[in-house]
Amino acid sequence: MARKEYSFYPGCSSERLTSASNYMVSVEAMCKTLDVKLNEIPDWNCCGASIGYAEGGELPRHVMNARNLAISEQVNKGQDVVATCAACWLGARETKDRLADDPGLLAETNEALREAGMNLEYKGEQQVRHMVEVLIEDLGYDELKKPVVKPLEGIKFAGYVGCQTNRPFGIAGESFENPKYLDKLVEVMGAEPVEKYDQKVTCCGGALAFSEPEKSQAQIKKIIESAYDHGAEMIVTPCPVCQMNVEVYQGQINKRYGTKFNIPVTYYSQLMAVAYGASAKEAGLDGQVIRARKLEEIAAKSAGR
Amino acid sequence: MSDLNTTMVNEYRSNFLKEVEANVEEGRWVKMCMQCGVCSGSCPLGPAWEHPPQEIFMMIRAGKRDEVLKSESMWMCTSCYNCIVRCPRELPITHIMHGLANYAHRLGLAPKMNPTRRFAKIFWDNIVKSGRVNEIELSLRLYFMDGFKNGVEKAWSMKDIGLGMLKARRLNPLGFVTHKGCKDTKGIHRMLKKAREIEDRRKGFAA
Repeated sequence: MARKEYSFYPGCSSERLTSASNYMVSVEAMCKTLDVKLNEIPDWNCCGASIGYAEGGELPRHVMNARNLAISEQVNKGQDVVATCAACWLGARETKDRLADDPGLLAETNEALREAGMNLEYKGEQQVRHMVEVLIEDLGYDELKKPVVKPLEGIKFAGYVGCQTNRPFGIAGESFENPKYLDKLVEVMGAEPVEKYDQKVTCCGGALAFSEPEKSQAQIKKIIESAYDHGAEMIVTPCPVCQMNVEVYQGQINKRYGTKFNIPVTYYSQLMAVAYGASAKEAGLDGQVIRARKLEEIAAKSAGR
Repeated sequence: MSDLNTTMVNEYRSNFLKEVEANVEEGRWVKMCMQCGVCSGSCPLGPAWEHPPQEIFMMIRAGKRDEVLKSESMWMCTSCYNCIVRCPRELPITHIMHGLANYAHRLGLAPKMNPTRRFAKIFWDNIVKSGRVNEIELSLRLYFMDGFKNGVEKAWSMKDIGLGMLKARRLNPLGFVTHKGCKDTKGIHRMLKKAREIEDRRKGFAA
């Protein structure tokens, strides 16, 4: 039996051939090493993301999330729900909190849920957590360090936490303005977090990268510039939207601003997978638009303590 | 002007605050704002707001219904939640802004051409269809929302990004055909229809 087991909400961007499929690949490698079992919620649906508010409204959004949580309660009894995506986690947890506070909204949610299959009723029995919370709180930094066979020595990372894994819920014990957990994870994997990365919690524009590209790219420029200014060779993040926005628009930003950005943007789970001895492919590094060469080099080396 | 808008104008005549409290998500918090301006100063897109959140709150209380609901302002929200965590009175500002935008959109008052409003609608329709995001369809619908010629230009300007994602195997070029989504899409559609009915009934939106 696995050391830990969770009810897993992977989310739309984790599927094969989607924007964060490399995140998912690395999470699988990381969890395998850590002996953590993820039991996927059957037939899970989209959380509505943040941008869903405009057309979706309030109750339909909560109903979408409640469906996932109700299926989880039914199928993965007694397990905490874990999401890897920041928006999935936020959406699901927002629903959990709101329904816990508002019996009227809960009754309405369940009335709508009955229309879906599976005889669903949302009871609010399970915690809704982000993968990072699980790593830090249920396993702890010491346990995360134990399986490291290839310390990521000599790589400087800017820990870009972004918004939705940090606000409004965040990781317990961390501050909203300067959360430290990502830097600590970088350190535990043997790499070097850049100190005083001042755009650590700056918004990348989120969904507005699609609808308001100029405004969003101005944000992304700040995030990357500060990483370079502080000597980072790579950026690392826990959020799929942050990862994609900061990585894929560098070419357009270079055209617009005359910059020469070309900095890899990775997931914490990719760092961990490589440090735990996974191959570049197992760590999802073949899914980078800007290749993370230094990580690839470490992944290609044979392990040795 | 939509019929729903006329109904609401008649019902709440000169009390926009009351209308917001009744119909907008978390609207009951609006009167708690003490006008400190931390939200406006904390917003990543602050300078892009015609009326930043602090102003919106005062305008609601001053009964400036059209100016608020027709504004592009709320559509600048990136959902970063900075305003929420910094508000000294702990107002759920992000949700109120989402709620106002949603309400304006429902009433047909929101700026028709606002790109975020249009993208948000494309996004919701996309996820409802199969229960999960179909990324290629989402992007192409966005590029082609202003017609074919415009779409080709936009798609062309995004080609390097698309190719990068394809090469990294993070985009499914056949997603229009092969995207599967949820099994119980029918159940999801029934569930969402019901949710909308309940919400409309509660807010007096039902015809």
